[in-house]
Amino acid sequence: MLTKRIIPCLDVKQGRVVKGTSFVQLRDAGDPVELARFYYQEAADELVFLDITATPEERNTMVDVVERISEQVFIPLTVGGGLRNTNDMRRMLQAGADKVSINTAAVLRPQLITEGAKRFGSQCIVVAIDATRVIESPQPRWRVYIYSGQKPTELDAVSWAKQVVELGAGEILLTSMNADGHRLGYDIELNRAISDAVTVPVIASGGAGTLEDLYLALTDGHADAVLAASIFHYGTYSIRETKQYLAKKNLPMRL
Amino acid sequence: MIAIVDYGAGNLRSVVNAITRLGYQPQVTNRPDEVIKAQAVILPGVGAATDTMENLKKLGLTKPIRRIIAEGHPFFGVCIGLQILFTGTEEGGWHECLNIFPGRVKRLPAGLKIPHMGWNQVAQRLAHPIFEGIPDNANFYFVHSYYAAPDDKSLVAGETEYGIPFCSAIAKGNLIATQFHPEKSGEFGLRMYDNFIKLALNSHYQEQKQ
Repeated sequence: MLTKRIIPCLDVKQGRVVKGTSFVQLRDAGDPVELARFYYQEAADELVFLDITATPEERNTMVDVVERISEQVFIPLTVGGGLRNTNDMRRMLQAGADKVSINTAAVLRPQLITEGAKRFGSQCIVVAIDATRVIESPQPRWRVYIYSGQKPTELDAVSWAKQVVELGAGEILLTSMNADGHRLGYDIELNRAISDAVTVPVIASGGAGTLEDLYLALTDGHADAVLAASIFHYGTYSIRETKQYLAKKNLPMRL
Repeated sequence: MIAIVDYGAGNLRSVVNAITRLGYQPQVTNRPDEVIKAQAVILPGVGAATDTMENLKKLGLTKPIRRIIAEGHPFFGVCIGLQILFTGTEEGGWHECLNIFPGRVKRLPAGLKIPHMGWNQVAQRLAHPIFEGIPDNANFYFVHSYYAAPDDKSLVAGETEYGIPFCSAIAKGNLIATQFHPEKSGEFGLRMYDNFIKLALNSHYQEQKQ
């Protein structure tokens, strides 16, 4: 049976992990290579790196980071942040990334999804969607935001999700912005709405505070994988104890 | 020499990294003469089977691949590198493949998320040195929308369940091919490549002695 995936996410700026971690085991918790190796040994199922640097020079640093990680870590690696065209994607894939994640660039020019899927295969193309619940709406609705959640769009999250899959996305990384960073749980309704609307796997992100939150996203939220940053980085829960908890609740896990 | 076949499509880097990690120095090549000479050949694959077939034909690599397999030289096909060994694929209409083994490559059944993406168990159906040190039902990393259905069931070395049970690994002597990606499957994946290379170097040694 296909197992549910547990995916730690690392924000990287100028070659350093941004959200600091408190792992005493690590010599340098700010080194993305060392942190990646640590999560690999902890049986993380995949790793996601978000490059939050702004300039092309800094992007070269990220390429180097991806190269070094891929030499030591033998699980799938996704890299996102600032990828604007298929050449940007190719650089990351050649450096050793298995998938690339696009967000704002996909909204601004949806054709990029198709171009990437044609050139590298759909399985390489992850579309990240940041969504916020529309409070005034009587029916549950979510609006897509771009530029790291700074700018609202006219897009409805469920319709956009269907569209990106038609354009060639192989996976959706769904972040609920209402929940992100608040550790109050994932937006289960949003996850279920998107997961049921598309044929590709959905990774739930944003809002994990407890192991029960992860469980609910994977069960009621119909998510195929969960991504979390804070709860793993700050050592609230280890990947191993997370997986053991979920396995005890009868979710298929790779232990 | 361990050759990793570069036909311009797949992402070779992770396969190179995995083999390097095991302490070998693989050579990435698209030259038919080097593929024929190699002690072990790995054919990685990501993307579409039809593109892979076209690229292999363009580079004149289909004949060398047929020949090394016919002569029993060590060969490891990964993902698309497994699928193209069969008669043909239903991906994008019917397309002929290498037809080294009779069988069709079919789309995974509807109703489940496609691609089949993530870690799934491989039930071992053959006792083969490739599984040395790897427990039955160990998890490996998959990402695919099509699967190979061999006519000859005795080829099936591993089976995996995703809506239906499907053939996730084949083995016959020195020929191994997997639908999953050992280079992305953690320590058991590395172990599988190590088993293959040991098998290859050993069989090469045997050949030289004769």
